[in-house]
Amino acid sequence: MSTIDYNETIPNNVNLSEDKTLQRALEHWQPNYLNWWRDMGPTGSTGHDVYLRTAINVTPEGWAHFGHVKMPDYRWGIFMAQAEENRKINFGENKGRDAWQDIPGEHRANLRRIIVTQGDTEPASVEQQRHLGLTAPSQYDLRNLFQINVEEGRHLWAMVYLLHKYFGRDGREEAEALLQRNSGDTDNPRILEAFNEETPDWLAFYMFTYFTDRDGKFQLNALAESGFDPLSRTCRFMLTEEAHHMFVGESGISRVIQRTCEVMRQYGIEDPEQVRAKGVIDLPTIQRYLNFHFSVTIDLFGADQSSNAANFYNSGLKGRYEETKRDDDHLLKGQSYRLIEVSNGALVEKEVPMLNALNEVLRDDYIRDSVAGVGRWNRVLEKAGQSFRMVTPHKAFNRHIGGFSNMRISPEGQVISEAEWLSKVRNWLPSEEDRAFVASLMGRVIEPGKMANWIAPPPVGVNRQPVDFDYVRFN
Amino acid sequence: MNASDSIILLRQHLIDPEICIRCNTCEETCPVDAITHDSRNYVVDADKCNGCEACVSPCPTGSIDHWHVVPKTQAYSLQEQFGWDELPPQQAAPLETPDAIRPSGNALPGEMPAAPSASSSTHAPWSAAHPYLNLYSLKEPVTATVAGNFRLTAEDAESDIRHLVLDFGTQFFPLLEGQSIGIIAPGTDAAGKPHYLRMYSVASPRDGEREGYNNLSLTVKRVVQDHEGNAVRGVASNYLCDLQKGDTVQVSGPFGANYLMPNHANAHLLMICTGTGSAPMRAMTEHRRRQTAKAQAQSGKLMLFFGARKPEELPYFGPLRKLPQEFIDIHLAFSRVPDQPRAWVQDKIREAGPAVSQLLREDTYIYICGLKGMETGVMEALRDICKEAGMDWPSLHQQMVKQGRFHVETY
Repeated sequence: MSTIDYNETIPNNVNLSEDKTLQRALEHWQPNYLNWWRDMGPTGSTGHDVYLRTAINVTPEGWAHFGHVKMPDYRWGIFMAQAEENRKINFGENKGRDAWQDIPGEHRANLRRIIVTQGDTEPASVEQQRHLGLTAPSQYDLRNLFQINVEEGRHLWAMVYLLHKYFGRDGREEAEALLQRNSGDTDNPRILEAFNEETPDWLAFYMFTYFTDRDGKFQLNALAESGFDPLSRTCRFMLTEEAHHMFVGESGISRVIQRTCEVMRQYGIEDPEQVRAKGVIDLPTIQRYLNFHFSVTIDLFGADQSSNAANFYNSGLKGRYEETKRDDDHLLKGQSYRLIEVSNGALVEKEVPMLNALNEVLRDDYIRDSVAGVGRWNRVLEKAGQSFRMVTPHKAFNRHIGGFSNMRISPEGQVISEAEWLSKVRNWLPSEEDRAFVASLMGRVIEPGKMANWIAPPPVGVNRQPVDFDYVRFN
Repeated sequence: MNASDSIILLRQHLIDPEICIRCNTCEETCPVDAITHDSRNYVVDADKCNGCEACVSPCPTGSIDHWHVVPKTQAYSLQEQFGWDELPPQQAAPLETPDAIRPSGNALPGEMPAAPSASSSTHAPWSAAHPYLNLYSLKEPVTATVAGNFRLTAEDAESDIRHLVLDFGTQFFPLLEGQSIGIIAPGTDAAGKPHYLRMYSVASPRDGEREGYNNLSLTVKRVVQDHEGNAVRGVASNYLCDLQKGDTVQVSGPFGANYLMPNHANAHLLMICTGTGSAPMRAMTEHRRRQTAKAQAQSGKLMLFFGARKPEELPYFGPLRKLPQEFIDIHLAFSRVPDQPRAWVQDKIREAGPAVSQLLREDTYIYICGLKGMETGVMEALRDICKEAGMDWPSLHQQMVKQGRFHVETY
């Protein structure tokens, strides 16, 4: 007999209470999910009452219900954005036809691969962040971490719903495997490399949520354009939650920079060692973390030239970022795109067919968006009267995927030798000493309204609450 | 349209560019396509925005929830907003708002209704008397004579709150409790333009401040500083507070078709207010008191939660204390009494939890008026009380809003 009250426990707009097949699949999967959450979810947090935002439906009124909830009791719902009447496939060879409400047989394998790859990233970030609650710089930040955790969990549900609903036995097996792979597990790692990296400290967490969750924004946007309507609608709703994750990253780094600037000005110091001695993170270290997370994240977009990307586009499975807002033929045949490659020891541009360069198109859109936010961090430096400016490194820097994977390229985009790389890499990427220093600052601050020394308070609280609100009640 | 564009105030929706992360959620959510962006900023088109707030809860940052009161003709254009690095300061005109009560609904033609965070009923209680609206405009106001001007707060109290009585003589000016009137201060502002209209809730009941007389009363606080504590002199409030008996005032209105009291005798009123937000509560209470005095059976209960910094700064403190407990259950909250713990209205609501939840089970009408900052705390207190009593506040709230039983006017 079912132990799940589908309408209450799993708020949904996919008619779950009427769908017996889906119920059976979820009844099998859900206990395993809860076991996974217990084993791999946020460490030592099961008793806390956390001020969480829970979606109970997809309307503006139902979208954000705030209240103190124990995370294991969070209502991981299954939501799709509201259906668009007579939606069409907007690109590729099927452009103009009705969007698919079911899986087209010929695209089954590719769609499954796309959904599994996206689904694999969601529990991965929960696993990567599982120890961070023990070193949160404030209750406000702890609450934000937990909000991200439960929403990543919900995004996993969203992908599992698609697998269960549309892919039969194959889908159920893939859904199980999503709980069996684990971030950083040498035998059974997560599919994408960035999701096997550690998130050991809060500076890394903010960088991850700024850069890597932004990859999520662009991937989800491209999938929201899909001709497979259930995938499109699912991703559209996920995007509204992804925004909060990016906010945590953008505002988190902004607050770290602000605090560092305050201390630099207070003591009239600039030397990184002196700045560190005051218990805040020096600006060059923040820049090195930025370089690392930016370069690891842009690898997530895949190889610069990809026939898979062309196939996905041609067949209407995965579009471009803001596909329907673009003013072209949405077929892209005969069109070209300029890529960078190394030739005779220098970076040069070359023209390739646009369809084969769609990973690069999405990566470049992503880079533009990332750079704009870094500009907003620089406004904080500018207002504080500091001359230091954060910059994103060249897109060929520190790459492990695509044409630059075996190259040594400086952050400025110069091809360099292995020896030069080794002599300068400590200036460009976080060293063990950098990470050890940042780790040394991590200590848990849980008194309402108090912040760790290395970070400024946020300008506004969550849901109009004051910053010193009891965001987490420790039981 | 009764009022000229130059004095129509718009509650303009703005996005704080310093906090916004450009995630596009608001643009996706907006049902009327009022939000757009360029490579620099996300902005709201004042001509399209209807203040529905559908974008507010999905915004992850809080940057979306900014509302500046501006003259309609001076609303920030899209181009101006695109160029911002930070939100401009609130313009000088709305500094009067601490004692100006915004009308609910569409009482003032051409003006946006206030958009409180706690959604409010858009119609009056089913048994409310039918109000007269917009009888007098700014172009064609009615002249009232000052019949009295009394200080309500102690002489040494920091805030100067006054009880002002305006007499209409033989002119037609019918009013109901909870309605507002418009006052325009004579003269022009620094730019040589006429001053903006200011709204004041009426503090007297329907049959006049003095029963049987064609007069009304206002509760006016002299504004000498803005919300941040900077010194500023409120034009209309100082004008009103300085009026002498026999002076004349230009009045427009009446305004407000929703924030009205029920007329049936067994309706309970739960009133929550701070400072000059007490004006409509005083009007409703006095109406009920007069009915009771005339032995017109009123089985409906009155419960009042009233907050101020100190007893000396609480308008109507003396008269309130004289009302018998069986007529009205009064809970006063003071936040700045030396040697006493600070208390806000929500604390008092919580303390009175069982009595409040009992009232909420019955035929009760809620009225909230005062500073906007009180809304969240009040809503949370009501939610928690309901939870303890096994009731679901969100659904009850929604039901009360639909039934014209939940009214909020905050500023």
